Amino acid sequence: MGKVLMKGNEAIGEAAIRAGCLNYFAYPITPQSEVAEYLSRRMPEVGGVFLQGESEVAVSYMIFGAAAAGARVFTTSSSPGISLMSEGVSYITAAQCPAVFVNIMRGGPGLGGILPSQADYLQATKGIGHGGCRLLVMAPAGVQEAVEMVMMAFPLAEKYRNPVIILGDGLIGQMMEPVEFPDSLGSEPSNKDDWATTGMDTRKSTKRNLVRSLFLDPKQLNENNLVLKAKYERMKEEEIRYEKYNTDSDYKVLIVSYGTMSRVCKTAIDQLKEEGLEVGLIRPQTLFPFPEIAVRKTAEKDSCKAVISIEMSMGQMVEDVQMSIQGKLPVSWYGKCGGDIPTPEEVIDAVKGLNV
Amino acid sequence: MQSEVMFAGFGGQGILLSAKILAYAAMEEGMEVAWVPSYGPEMRGGTAYCTVVVSDKPIGSPVIRNPLHLVAMNRPSLEKFAPVVKPNGVILINSSLISIVSGRNDVDELIVPVNDIATKLGNVRSANIVALSAFVARSKIVDFDILRESVKKEFSKKAKLIPLNMEAVKAGEEAGKPKG
Repeated sequence: MGKVLMKGNEAIGEAAIRAGCLNYFAYPITPQSEVAEYLSRRMPEVGGVFLQGESEVAVSYMIFGAAAAGARVFTTSSSPGISLMSEGVSYITAAQCPAVFVNIMRGGPGLGGILPSQADYLQATKGIGHGGCRLLVMAPAGVQEAVEMVMMAFPLAEKYRNPVIILGDGLIGQMMEPVEFPDSLGSEPSNKDDWATTGMDTRKSTKRNLVRSLFLDPKQLNENNLVLKAKYERMKEEEIRYEKYNTDSDYKVLIVSYGTMSRVCKTAIDQLKEEGLEVGLIRPQTLFPFPEIAVRKTAEKDSCKAVISIEMSMGQMVEDVQMSIQGKLPVSWYGKCGGDIPTPEEVIDAVKGLNV
Repeated sequence: MQSEVMFAGFGGQGILLSAKILAYAAMEEGMEVAWVPSYGPEMRGGTAYCTVVVSDKPIGSPVIRNPLHLVAMNRPSLEKFAPVVKPNGVILINSSLISIVSGRNDVDELIVPVNDIATKLGNVRSANIVALSAFVARSKIVDFDILRESVKKEFSKKAKLIPLNMEAVKAGEEAGKPKG
C-alpha cells in the first residue's frame, strides 16, 4: 500500500485498527474528536466496537474491563478528559493490564484552549494517576510518527502489562500529512494466557488468573509495587528513544524539544546555521523514560555552552533536562502556552538571547 | 526548495478542500507535504484558512507566518494576509468578491473573477476549483496534469460532479495562464 494523505486524528484511529485493536471506548473532546468520528464508522466495518462512554471516568473503567479480559483496547482524549481518566489509569497500572491512551493536549490548566499545546508533560510523565503509577510516554512529531507510535504502543503495553500513553499536540491531530502504514499486527496480546481473565476452559494453563489492584497485606502491596518499579526500571533500560539533529556540527547551544515544537526548532536551526551559529537538537521520542544519559552526553561536547528546553508549556520538560545535565551547564527554558506555536524567529531570538 | 500556499476565505467557500487537493497533488508528485488548517473557535460564516507546505525535503515547521503564495477568496483574507506574503510569490485575488488589490508591487498579482466564472459554468460552488486551477496554472507549484487528476480523484465518489469540476479546472487554467 502506498502513501495516503491523512489527518493525524484519523490516522491514529486507523493505526489502532491495523495494530489489531478492535475495542475503542471514548468520549469526544476537541481537538481529537475526529478519532471518535472516524472509528465510529470504521470499527463496525472491521468487526470492532466503538462505544461512547457517559464520561471519561466510565471510559477508563471500560478500558480496564476489556484489558483485564485480554483484549487490545485503547482510548483517545484531551487534557481535562485525561484528568478524569486518571483514577482508572492508576487502577489499570496497579492491576498490570495493557492499554493504550492518546492525549491530544489542550493548553493550560482548567478547560484550556483547543489550539496546539504541550501543557500535560508533567501529568503524563510524573502524575498520570495516584499511587506512583507510571506510563510509558511517547511523543510523535508528525502524522507518520504518530501512526508508528500507536502501532508500537500495543505490543509495548503487552510486553510490560502496563498502559502506554501517546502525547500529541493539536497540530498532530489536525494536520494532514502523507502516511504509509506499517504491516498490520495480529489481533491478540501474545502473552495473555498468563494473566488475562479469559475463562479457564479457553486456556491451556490450569492456573487461575486473577486481575486485581487491591493488596491489603502490606507485604503483598510492597511486593506489587516492587514489581511495578522493576518494570519502570526495565523501560529505562530498553525503551528510550530519541532523535538528534545537527549534532555533527560544533554546536554552541543544545536545544531539547519534542513534538511539533521540535520541528519549529529544526527550521530555526537551519536558519541559524546560515547565519553562522551552530545549534544542535535532541528530540526525546519517549518522555518517560526520558533520554537522560543521551541529553547529558550530547551536552558534554566541548563546543556546547548552554542547553535550552523549548516547549509549548510554561516550562515542564525543563525539569527533566536540568536533572539530566546535573548542573554542568546552564539550562534555560523558552516557550508559550496559549495555542500560539512559537515561530522559528522566536526560537532564534530565544537562542541568541543566551549570549553564548 | 520549499513553498507555502495560504488559502483563505469565508467558511463554506471550499478553502480546506482546495488546499487538500493541492496537498494530494504534491504528494502524488513525490513531494513532502503538510496541510495545516486553522481550527480555532470559529463560527459558521467566519474566516477559514489553511496552509499547504510543499517541499523536496522533510518539512520542519509546518506553521507558516509568511507564506510564499496567497489565494484570497474574500476581502478580509486579502487585507489580513497580503502584507505577510513573501516577495515574488503569487497573490490570487477573487475579484468577484474583492474590489481592492493587494497593494504589493513585489508579487505576481493574479486577479480572477472566480465566482463569476464558476456561476457561468453552472454552479458557484466550483469557485474553489477555479481558483485552485488558476493559481496552479500561474505558480506551477505542481504539474497541471497531476492537479487535474487529483481533482478527478477527489470527486470520484460523486461522479456526477466530475464534468462540472473538469470545466472549472479548464476555466481556471485559462484564467491563470501568464499573459503575453
